[in-house]
Amino acid sequence: MLSIRDLDLYYGDAQALAQVSLEVPQGAIVAIIGANGAGKSSLIRTIAGIEKPRSGRISFKNLRIEGKESHQICNLGIGQVAEGRQVFPTLSVEENLEMGAMLPRARTGTKQKMQEVYAMFPILAERRAQAAGTLSGGEQQMLAIGRCLMGNPELIMFDEPSLGLAPLIVQEVLHTIRALNAKGLTVLLVEQNVAVSLKISNHAYVLENGSIVMSGSGKDLLHDDRVRQAYLGL
Amino acid sequence: MDPVNVANLALAGVLTGLVYGLMALGLSVIFGVVRVVNFAHGEMMTIAMYAAVVLFTTLGLDPFLAILPVALAFFVLGYAMQAGLINPFITRPEHSQFMLLVAVAIIMVNALLVIFGPGARSVQLDYLLESIELGPLLLDRGKFYAALVACAASAALFAFFRYTPTGRAIRACADNWLGAKVVGLNVKHYYAFTFGLGSACVAIAGCMMVLLVDVTPPLGPYYTLLAFVIVIVGGLGSMAGALLGGVLIGVSEALAGLFITPSAKSMFSFGLLILVLLLRPQGLLGRRP
Repeated sequence: MLSIRDLDLYYGDAQALAQVSLEVPQGAIVAIIGANGAGKSSLIRTIAGIEKPRSGRISFKNLRIEGKESHQICNLGIGQVAEGRQVFPTLSVEENLEMGAMLPRARTGTKQKMQEVYAMFPILAERRAQAAGTLSGGEQQMLAIGRCLMGNPELIMFDEPSLGLAPLIVQEVLHTIRALNAKGLTVLLVEQNVAVSLKISNHAYVLENGSIVMSGSGKDLLHDDRVRQAYLGL
Repeated sequence: MDPVNVANLALAGVLTGLVYGLMALGLSVIFGVVRVVNFAHGEMMTIAMYAAVVLFTTLGLDPFLAILPVALAFFVLGYAMQAGLINPFITRPEHSQFMLLVAVAIIMVNALLVIFGPGARSVQLDYLLESIELGPLLLDRGKFYAALVACAASAALFAFFRYTPTGRAIRACADNWLGAKVVGLNVKHYYAFTFGLGSACVAIAGCMMVLLVDVTPPLGPYYTLLAFVIVIVGGLGSMAGALLGGVLIGVSEALAGLFITPSAKSMFSFGLLILVLLLRPQGLLGRRP
């Protein structure tokens, strides 16, 4: 579904991604693991069109998307739950959800989708008139996921969805990711919580200093000595 | 000193101040969303004033009716200016944005001088000489209507941001630029739309201002400065603050003219600016950074 070939990204002279290639098959959960600063978020932002790559190809459903604007890429069906959640703090919960449905592909059936999101996260329905900035971290994460779903995506990229959340909330977020995948959504998951992301993914890539150094099924990597040493501290 | 006279002048200051407020509202909205300071704001105001004068002298169009075509034209002009000229500068350092808009401002004043010359132009309408009696107070009819229009336009802008999807999307872009990109809002489009709205505010304020003063090209830089004083006094980025600042400056100008001398009016507004900067740097209704 998503295919990346030889992607290079620079910030000025500093190389952030070097020759990154990866595949995200339809219906899969693919994880990217790596240390802080390895380039995980840069990769997500490049796919989303927020950063422009120097070279390489990104195709989604056999359509080249590198170099397209972020709103065009979203409208093709690539949603994103960004690092730090990125809700609109002074807008109400409901207005935040509405913003997720401003894409041309998502303009119809907004009310019904909103009801689905409220059914999935009842706390959002309770707080629908409240400013998003006043929500707790976990509630903001649910809002960010709900807002993304309003755009009717086929692929969702999660960037550090567990960052800064209490363990119980982390479990809930992971449960949600699995449930969305079971409904047919394809997932690209970037997580520092390596053990958890390897457990729920079909396939995983290890990113180090902007390059893919290893890849395999989640289970294989979970039992790989190098991964255990470097990322699981075992 | 006659208290009725003072009240009349203060009231006139409030009415003029509301038109100032609408002008400053445009600057404030553009800054609040796009984070670009429009150094050509007063010059755009002056162009709108000339447009109203020209529509009046050639077609006999009353400035109240000129609002619609001038505001529409300015919306398009503002949209095009942001989309074509300013958007590429968004990510550049602030001093290059500053130079860009100062250059635009100077070109505008120069063009006005070339086309209209340095002499003053005005709109002559009989009803501008009439007054409305309000008990012992006298209201200038033209000023009163101009202030009403300024209030209506400001209210419409508030309502637009609150009750329309486009308005809410613009607030979202102002709230969180990255968040807006993440959900796929076309940020550049909304920036241009915002610049168009700010320009339309200036256009309406300009059409109203020709009812109050004669227009000359050097009014441009003066209004830019005035708009700055107003939004800084009211609080940069606060819409209500822009209106409040406009009224305060309008009243202080009017009363300075009465108590000291008309040429002291700028002294008063800038004195107010210094006081606000010292005592409440975020402006009267501004949020603490």
